Amino acid sequence: MRMIVKVDLSSLNSTKPHEYAIRFLFGGLLTMLTGLIAKEYGPVIGGLFLAFPAIFPASVTLIEKHEKQKKQKVGYDGTNRGRKAASLEAAGASIGALALVFFAFILYRCLPVYSAWLMLIIAGLSWLALSGLFWFLRKKARR
Amino acid sequence: MTDLLLRFLIGGTVVSFFAILGDILRPKSFAGLFGAAPSIALATLALTIVHNGKIYAAIEARSMIAGAFALYVYAAAASWILMRFKPSALLVTLALLPLWLGVSFSIWHLCLR
Repeated sequence: MRMIVKVDLSSLNSTKPHEYAIRFLFGGLLTMLTGLIAKEYGPVIGGLFLAFPAIFPASVTLIEKHEKQKKQKVGYDGTNRGRKAASLEAAGASIGALALVFFAFILYRCLPVYSAWLMLIIAGLSWLALSGLFWFLRKKARR
Repeated sequence: MTDLLLRFLIGGTVVSFFAILGDILRPKSFAGLFGAAPSIALATLALTIVHNGKIYAAIEARSMIAGAFALYVYAAAASWILMRFKPSALLVTLALLPLWLGVSFSIWHLCLR
């Protein structure tokens, strides 16, 4: 079977240290914030923010910028290319979000019954497997 | 204070890990999956289990179902707007944050309250 998912380590070079720092900062602050919201308003409201699009704006903006820069290096404007790349990234995130619904459902039903740490691992792996499956099915349906 | 610092460090590390995975994977639509990775959730729930127990964490996970569905609506809307119109990605993703809030709180109000 043809490999349809690839690893491209060269893209790590196009991300600058301050861009890594911004994502770390956003992730850390959002995790702190969800903890504070749960403490102040309880777990029902706090739980909503576990699926807050935390670093999504930063990630999509970075992708748009990098794709635009790539095109500009070879003499093109790159604006449309950057926007299309950002749109594809967002489409992928929507599939990942569907899998996230199942991730949350698994934890909601199984955390009270089974080992908490085991369930975190199983839910995480389920998210990975389901999001990959949904992505593959969508890709196949579009062919 | 120590708890908040721990949350910051663990959250930042987990989010960065998933973000790097998203950076190195191709094609872009597949890498995009990691834009909705359970990064904040894993960091927060792990700490919640330690401090408040697994029943408390299960209640948070129940609400997260609504938040995750709202994330689906938010990301699908962002993708459509970026493809259909010509705004910048930053403008779209920030302008749509109230949509995420609206959908998640509506589901919470209708089904979980």
